[in-house]
Order: sequence, then C-alpha cells, then structure tokens
Amino acid sequence: MIGHFLFRGLDRGVVVALTVILAIGVLVPAANLLLPPGHPLHVPTYLVTLFGKYATYATLALALDLVWGYCGILSLGHGAFFALGGYAMGMYLMRQIGSRGVYGNPLLPDFMVFLNWKELPWYWLGFDRFGFAALMVVLVPGLLAFVFGWFAFRSRVTGVYLSIITQALTYALLLAFFRNDMGFGGNNGLTDFKDIVGFPVQAAGTRAALFFLSCLLVAASLLLAAGIVKSKFGKVLIAIRDAESRTRFIGYRVATYKTVVFTVSGVLAGLAGALYVPQVGIINPSEFAPANSIEAVIWVAVGGRGTLTGAIVGAVAVNWGKTWFTGALPEFWLFALGGLFVVVTLFLPKGIVGTIAEIRAKRTAAAAAAPKPAPAE
Amino acid sequence: MTEPLAHRALLYLDDVRVSFDGFKALKGLSLTIEPGEMRAIIGPNGAGKTTMMDVVTGKTRPDSGEVLFDGGGVDLTRLDEAAIAGLGIGRKFQKPTVFESHTVEDNLYLALKADRGPFASLFHRLGADEAARIDEILATVKLADRRDDLAANLSHGQKQWLEIGMLLAQEPKLLLVDEPVAGMTDAETMETAALLRRIHDSGKSVVVVEHDMAFVRELGVKVTVLHEGGVLSEGSIDHVASDPRVIEVYLGR
Amino acid sequence: MPIIRRLARALGLILVLFYALPAAAQDISGALAKLAADSYADTAAAVVDLAGSGHPRAAVIVAALQDGRLEFDRASKAVVLRTASGVVDAATGAAIAPVPGSLSPVRVNNRVRTALAAAMGALTLMSPDPAKRREAADAVFKSRDQAALPTLEAAIAKEADGRIRAALQAARAAVILTRPDASDDARVDAAGSIRERGDQDAVALLRSLPSDTPKRVRDAAETAAKAVETDLALWSSAQNALYGVSLGSVLLLAAIGLAITFGVMGIINMAHGEMVMLGAYTTFVVQELIRTRMPGLFDWSLAIALPLAFLVSGGVGVLIERTIIRFLYGRPLETLLATWGLSLILQQAVRTVFGANNREVGAPSFMSGSIEFGPLAITWGRLWIVVFALAVFLGLILVLKKTPAGLQMRAVTQNRAMASAMGIRTPFVDALTFGLGCGIAGIAGVALSQIDNVSPNLGQSYIIDSFMVVVFGGVGNLWGTLVGALTLGVVNKFLEPFAGAVLGKILVLVFIILFIQKRPRGLFALKGRAVDA
Repeated sequence: MIGHFLFRGLDRGVVVALTVILAIGVLVPAANLLLPPGHPLHVPTYLVTLFGKYATYATLALALDLVWGYCGILSLGHGAFFALGGYAMGMYLMRQIGSRGVYGNPLLPDFMVFLNWKELPWYWLGFDRFGFAALMVVLVPGLLAFVFGWFAFRSRVTGVYLSIITQALTYALLLAFFRNDMGFGGNNGLTDFKDIVGFPVQAAGTRAALFFLSCLLVAASLLLAAGIVKSKFGKVLIAIRDAESRTRFIGYRVATYKTVVFTVSGVLAGLAGALYVPQVGIINPSEFAPANSIEAVIWVAVGGRGTLTGAIVGAVAVNWGKTWFTGALPEFWLFALGGLFVVVTLFLPKGIVGTIAEIRAKRTAAAAAAPKPAPAE
Repeated sequence: MTEPLAHRALLYLDDVRVSFDGFKALKGLSLTIEPGEMRAIIGPNGAGKTTMMDVVTGKTRPDSGEVLFDGGGVDLTRLDEAAIAGLGIGRKFQKPTVFESHTVEDNLYLALKADRGPFASLFHRLGADEAARIDEILATVKLADRRDDLAANLSHGQKQWLEIGMLLAQEPKLLLVDEPVAGMTDAETMETAALLRRIHDSGKSVVVVEHDMAFVRELGVKVTVLHEGGVLSEGSIDHVASDPRVIEVYLGR
Repeated sequence: MPIIRRLARALGLILVLFYALPAAAQDISGALAKLAADSYADTAAAVVDLAGSGHPRAAVIVAALQDGRLEFDRASKAVVLRTASGVVDAATGAAIAPVPGSLSPVRVNNRVRTALAAAMGALTLMSPDPAKRREAADAVFKSRDQAALPTLEAAIAKEADGRIRAALQAARAAVILTRPDASDDARVDAAGSIRERGDQDAVALLRSLPSDTPKRVRDAAETAAKAVETDLALWSSAQNALYGVSLGSVLLLAAIGLAITFGVMGIINMAHGEMVMLGAYTTFVVQELIRTRMPGLFDWSLAIALPLAFLVSGGVGVLIERTIIRFLYGRPLETLLATWGLSLILQQAVRTVFGANNREVGAPSFMSGSIEFGPLAITWGRLWIVVFALAVFLGLILVLKKTPAGLQMRAVTQNRAMASAMGIRTPFVDALTFGLGCGIAGIAGVALSQIDNVSPNLGQSYIIDSFMVVVFGGVGNLWGTLVGALTLGVVNKFLEPFAGAVLGKILVLVFIILFIQKRPRGLFALKGRAVDA
C-alpha cells in the first residue's frame, strides 16, 4: 500500500528531480573529500555547508508549498516549525558539549551557568540522547502544527486571517525565545557546538555527511509530497483550495484534511531545521522572525507554487541570489528581494517552473491540435 | 400529531427559525419531503430559500426548530456539512461551483460515494467499478467527450451539469438543487428538466429551488411557495399560481 | 529641571540672607559663648540651645560643627565659620576680612555628635528649604524618634505648605502611634492620620505594632492599613488603566490607517508600517530644516509636519495603489506578498538615504514635562498622543460619514458594480481611499516619532500589532478598531505587573489567536449569509 502510494508520485519531473538531487548529494561531498584542494573540480568545505543550508531551505519550501500551493493555506509562520526543529537539535548539540564549555559544567550549558541556574530545567532532560532529540525534532513542530491547525481550521479561519495569525504565532514564539528565563539561551540562542553523534561538527567529513543527509531529506520530502499530491487525498487538497465549501458539501471534513497536511508540513519543516542547525552552527530566536517565514513564501512563489520541483528550484535560486548579493552588493539585497516579491506576484504568478510547464503544455496542445483534422473520428 | 408525519418523511422541518443580526431569515418554516418525492420551491428574493438549504445542509444552525432526516431518525441540526453529506444529502449551489483545476473526471472521482477519511483517500486506488460508475455519470450528464478537460474550461451550462453529475456520484437520498437553470438557454433548460426528472425516476428525492416558472411547470411536481421566511402556499403549480396571496407577493407584480 | 531646582535653592538662600538681620533678634549669643568655651559639655548644651533657638543661622552653625568647619577665636571668643571662600561670622554670615590668626576648631566627641544628630533632625524640620523639610519629615516617619515630637509640633504649627504639613502630621502620628505611653485615643487618632499618607510605608508601619499594643489601637491600625491597601489597589488600577489607554492610543494611531486599507477595502498592506515610518522621517526632515533655518518655529514643527506627512505617505500610497495593488484586487494573498516586498524596498530606501541609525526627533516645549494625578505621573507627550489619536479617529469618522468623498468610498467598498453604475469613478475612489489610509499612517508617524526611535525599522514593530488590533476589533468597523486598540492596550498593561512586559505581550498575542478561533471576524463584525458567500 505504502509502496503503491510512493510509486504513484513518480512522474517524469519528479524522477528527474530525485535523480539530480541524489546525484548532487553524492557528487558534491565526493568532490570535497576525494579531490585534493588544488583540483579544478574540488568543492571547498564552506561551499558544502552553504549548499547544505540551501538543501534545508528547499525542504522548508517544499513543506510550505504543500500547504500553500496545494491547499491554499498561506502560512506566514512556517519559520516557527523550522526553528523549533532546529532548537530541538540545538539542545541535543548543547548537551553533547558536556564539560567542554567555557565554565566546564558537565551538566549545564554555559548560558545556564552564566544565569546562575543550579539545575537543568525538566524540558532539557533526555536531550543528551540522540534518539530522544530526533523524536522531539518530529514531535514538537508536529504537535504545534497539529494543535494550531486543529483549532484554526476547525473554526474555519481562512485566507488572510489565517496568514495573520500564523504570523502572530511565530512572532509570539520570537518574543518568548528572546526571554532568558525560557531556558533556551535567550538572545544568543544555542551555539558553540562540538560534536554530533560522536563526530566533530566542524570536520569536513561530518559536513559532507550532513550535506548528504540534507539532500536525502529533500529527496524523501519530494517523494512523500509527490505521493500525497497524486493521491486522492492530494486531489481533495486542491479541491479545498479551489472551492472549500463545495468540498465540504460533498462530504469531506475540510478541517481534518487541512490539519493533517499542515501537520505533515510542520514536521517536514522541523526536520529541515534540525539539519540546518548543525551546519550553520547556531540557532537563535531570530529564526522565528516573521520576515524569515515570509521570505520562505517568496522562494515558493518564485519557483512556482503548486509545483513541487518549483519549490526546490525557488529556494535554491533565491538563496543563491541572496548569497551573491550580500557578498557583492549588500545594500541592494533588500531592493532585489522586495522587487522579487512585487515582480513575481504581478508578472509571474505561476513562478519559474509553473510558467515553463504552462508554455510546454501550450506547445503540446498546439502540436496535438495541428494534425487533428486528418484522422477524423 | 406531528410524530407520524416526521416518521414518514425523508426530510422534516418544523418551526425553523433563523436570524442574522436581527434580520429574521426564517420565521417558523415547516416543510415535509416524502421519500422519492420531487418538490419545487419558489419564492421572491429574501424569501428564505437559500437559508433553508443552508439549514438542511448544516451550514447554518437554526435558532430554534426541528430539522429531521430519514424518518425522524437523525437530527440534522447537530451535524456538520460533511456528516450531512455523508448521510446522503447532496447540494448544488446557485452559482455553479466545480473544482476548476481538476479534470471533469477527477471532479466526479472526488464526488463518488466512498470513505471520506483522510487516510482512506491517501491510499485510495481507483477501482474498476468506480471507473464504470464515472463513465455512466459522464454519459448521463453528456460530458463524456470532455472527460480530460479542466473543469475551468467548461461552459456555464456544462458546469451546471457537471455539478449535477457530482451530485449523482455521491448517490444521495435527497438532492437539493439551487437554481439549476440560471443562465441557461431554453434548450438547455428543457434538457435539465428532463435530467432532473430522470434522476427522480431513479428513486431519489429532489428539492429544486427555482425562479424560472416555465421550468417549474416543465417539472410538473408539487410546488411550495416561500415568502418572508415561511410557507405561503403549497400545492400543484396551477393551484399555487391561482392563489391570490401568491399572485400578490410574487407572480402578479 | 536640575537648573530650576538649583535656582530655587539660590533663591531660598537669598531670602534667608534677607531675613537673617531681623531674625537676629532671637538671641544665640549665649550658645555661641558656650561654643567658644572649649568644653564638650558646654558644646553639647550649645547645640541643644541652637536647635531650640529658631535662629535662621542655627542650622548653618550646627552643620558647620558637624563638618568640622566651626572655629573660634581664642582671643576674642568670636565664633566663625570656615567656608570655601574664607571665614564668616557665625551669627551674621558677614565676611571677616583679615582672618584672625588665633582660630582653633570647636572640638566634638561622641556626646556632642549625638546631640548634633538630634539637632540636625529638628533643625531640618524647620529648614527654609521645603524639600529638606519634607525629607526630614519622612525621616522621622521612618525612625519614629520620640525626641522629635516637640520639634514636630512646632514645625506643624509653622508649616505653610500643605503637602509638607501632611508629611509632618504623618510623622507625628507615627511617633504617637508607636509610643506605648500615649493614650489609646491619641493612638487611634494617629492611625487615622497615617491612613492619610496612603502608601506602602504607611501599611508597613500600621502592621508593625507589637503584640502588647492594646487591641483597640491594633484594630484601628489594621482598619487603616486595609483602607490604605484598598486605596493603593485603586491607584494601581488607575495607573494601569491610564498607561493602558496611553498604549491603546499608540495602537490606535498605528492601526487606524490599516482600518481603512484592510478593514474597509480589504487590502492587506504589509507596507503599512513603512507609511508610519515615512511620516516619522518627514517629521525628522521638517525639524532639521527648522533647526537650521528658523529655530524660532521649533514648537510648531509637529504642526507643520502633520500635513506634510499626510501628503508624503498618502502620495506614496496612491502611487502604490495605481502601480501595484490595483492589479491584485480580489487576490488578497498576492497583495500581501507584493506589499511585503514594497515594505522591504521602502525600508532599504530610507536606510540608504538617512542611514541605519536612529534619528533624533525633538519634542516641542508643550509636550515636555509631566502632569501628576494624585500619586500618578504621566508625561505631556503621552497625554497629547491620547488626545491626538482620538482626534484623528473622530476626524476620520467625520470624513467617512459626512463628506461626499467618504460617501463614495463607502459606496465603492460596499458594492463596486453598483457604485460604478451610479457614475462613481471607482478606480479614482480606490486610489483615494488607499491614499487616505496611508496618509493617516503618515500622521501617526508624526506622533509616534515622539515616543519611539525613528529608524528604518520603525514600521516593522507596529505592523503585527496593527493587524491584531484591526482583526480583533472587527474588520470593516472603525469603532471596533477603537475598542480593539484600547482594550488591547489596557489588557497589556494589566498583565504586565504579573507577567512582565514581554510575557504580557505574548499572552495578548495568544489571546488574540484564540479569540479569532471563536470569532473569526472580530469583536464587532457583521454576521450573516452575505459575509462568506
């Protein structure tokens, strides 16, 4: 059943995308580890990490596309799930530091020692074990998405109202995580990580492995999302997006469907965040900033909402642009990003991939229409 | 007195009242639809036709009154839209609403009677019997050659029919059809009347809300006239058309 | 303000000097003679004499003795004070030109020091400086020094300032209340007087009576303490309400433009905060020009900035509507994204032109200082903002309800097709309405420049709050926005004492999120079939 479900998602575009992603996931680390630094095809470690970051963003974009592109739920708070997954991973990494911190406390992370805390808060217990942390990476964002979705969708909060309250949600979390007494490192967040499941986080080999895992996550998310989208469930999502109350009157519980897809999306975002943190080496409250979540929306819009590969393309393209701008023309990045929002919504509503698909569809339609008169019925 | 009536009826409304911010949309509406009956409901704008449908399908909760289904066994006021649809009440909107980004076939596929749960639909596979049923409905609503087209590309009348087809796919016991011939040509109107009669003949109960008197006459069924949130008159089209109160508020303008 | 206080002190000093001569009639020559006797016993006696003398120089002399600046001439037995500028006569304060060679300090031992401390307490109660008297009265209230009672009585008889008199009476009551040998009646009365003081110290004192105190006195003290606590709770509620209204008016200002663009037109303008920011920067530019060109007009700077800010933000708003938003009507989520992009562009543009740092916007004189209501103080700036917010609100209501332009705006938003059919130029009205909403945001920026940092990020801090206010109040209802803003402001301030500012804000956000679940269309939204048809 599961096999059929996943297999059904494999149309030509998805297969191509999967192949490319997995090839990159293998080739880039190989070019980093196996080729000597002087070699023309050698990929430096900082680029591996940068690409790894893009991969986690691509997963976040996929998660967002699943709810926005297919179900019409414009979440302006997906950064919250990403950051929560990141914090869960960050807590594990903090506990791994052990007595190697500045204060040398074997149990308490440095910031707690600094705040004169005497014991570990209860919600930090268990995070010294990877399995538990991994479970929390899935559970915490998933649970928040489920509870939030359950309440919001059951009360039929839709459209811009939903967008606004998702924004309020991540804003509230931003404020909360800034507080020192929350016990998540306040303003500075969690950083100075040493190792992950026994491997040093800074080492090139660990970086390469994390990159590969990030690509694997993109691929798995794509496969899952494609399976969902192609299933009857996915058709119901699109039906909800197009005519919510019609869907309700033919007997589908819209709130349940939305809650399920929102939860799946929240979990994917959380997983992306969990892989993001060991690669960038820090997680702090600014990840909850509403601006981050909206930026993720523009990735999807640029790539093409409602096209899964589009979300990946958009995330990589926009972030590559960001890297380039902040290096070359830092003052102009916000102009470029702002302009992107305006231009895409006005002139490219289907995004890059969506527009290409449309052009191609028109061309095949024209090709199909041309020889039609000859073999009449 | 009312009990036996409720037991006999497929749909039973008694003294239903609804108000929106002081505006009384329904003022003690009572209505009974027998199993297998076809009924036309007419009335001027604001008479409460759409609100009545909203109440029956669970979109609007009445302030008071009884709404019972299936011989009085089910209290519709306690259920949501999805549950009511699951019981076998299908609704067609005034403005045709189909899923525009889906193909005609997928529109019917989504409407087919099946488990509506999210996990069931996640792993659902289109079976041979379902495919046959879709073929059958496509033939009924004359859309077989548009099967793979997006619903968005259908004409207005075709959308209306697709929506009726979706109703059929649900295999409901009761169809609520709101202004099915609005915006149709005369020929389409007559065809639609024939289609609805055929559906009725297959044993389903149908409630048609319509403005078009020619269409109602064509249906040739019992007519209920609503006015200001209550029943003004009820009977055959000729009986109703000669009722002086009906003439005053509706026909004779 | 320190200047004013210093001026007042200098003035007080001059007055003292003026009155010094006639007051010399109060004889302190005996005390001075004792000081010159060079014996500890005589010096202590002299201090007591000086404290009771009522002589205007008594405090100066005692203070000088305490500081070791009091000297006497072994030869002439004249007592003098050493000051920074030279030597002056103790009794008159007149300078002594050739400093005598045989001066030696008046010595003190512990006994003299005790006498000095008591004398200083008593003397400061009579000090010509009102602030000192008040301080002294509070000191006695806390120390409950029984010896101070006679001086207190004398000081109360003399005191003209009502507030200091009340402080003195409270001090006297404190002394009597805690004095076991006072009569019960006197102590019960004293408890009543302390109640008048009405602060936390009074409660502490009233609750501190030892257990052997007669029950009647204790009961009276308890009743008084309870009464004070009730008063305090009332004042604290009043303070929360006042600060809440102040915060609410800020929210109202920030949200009111949004109530037009979002509430009335249904446009999600994420660049709304930047319209506020543009208004604030307009104020900054106007003030800079005034500072350099016409400093005399500074007090008018805000009044000049108001129409300009309206025009700047409103103009930008019209431009945005014509070039972007009009293509996106009916697609609210797209509008949201496009205007967010605009907000980024506007922020960066302002950052490029004015720099990323905070800009200084000054307050005109009528907005500086504060006003007191009982124990509460509120700055004039805050008060003006409350007044201003309400004025803008009422002005807007009038524009919408009473002017032809307002009528057209309402017509277009209620039924575009019909309005168009009636000959209203709907695109023009759309631009006008959106411009109005943005212009009002600009006006808000002028006011908010007074209480917030004027930086490119100014708008960002208001955008979420503004949306919360409009959504909470109910979309399409200006009165809802007013009620929403004030409610959220007051709720926030009432939460702060328990939860702290940040947590309070989080709670309010969570509350709104939950509230929207219950009433998705806000506090005062229309209900009915048409709403989601």
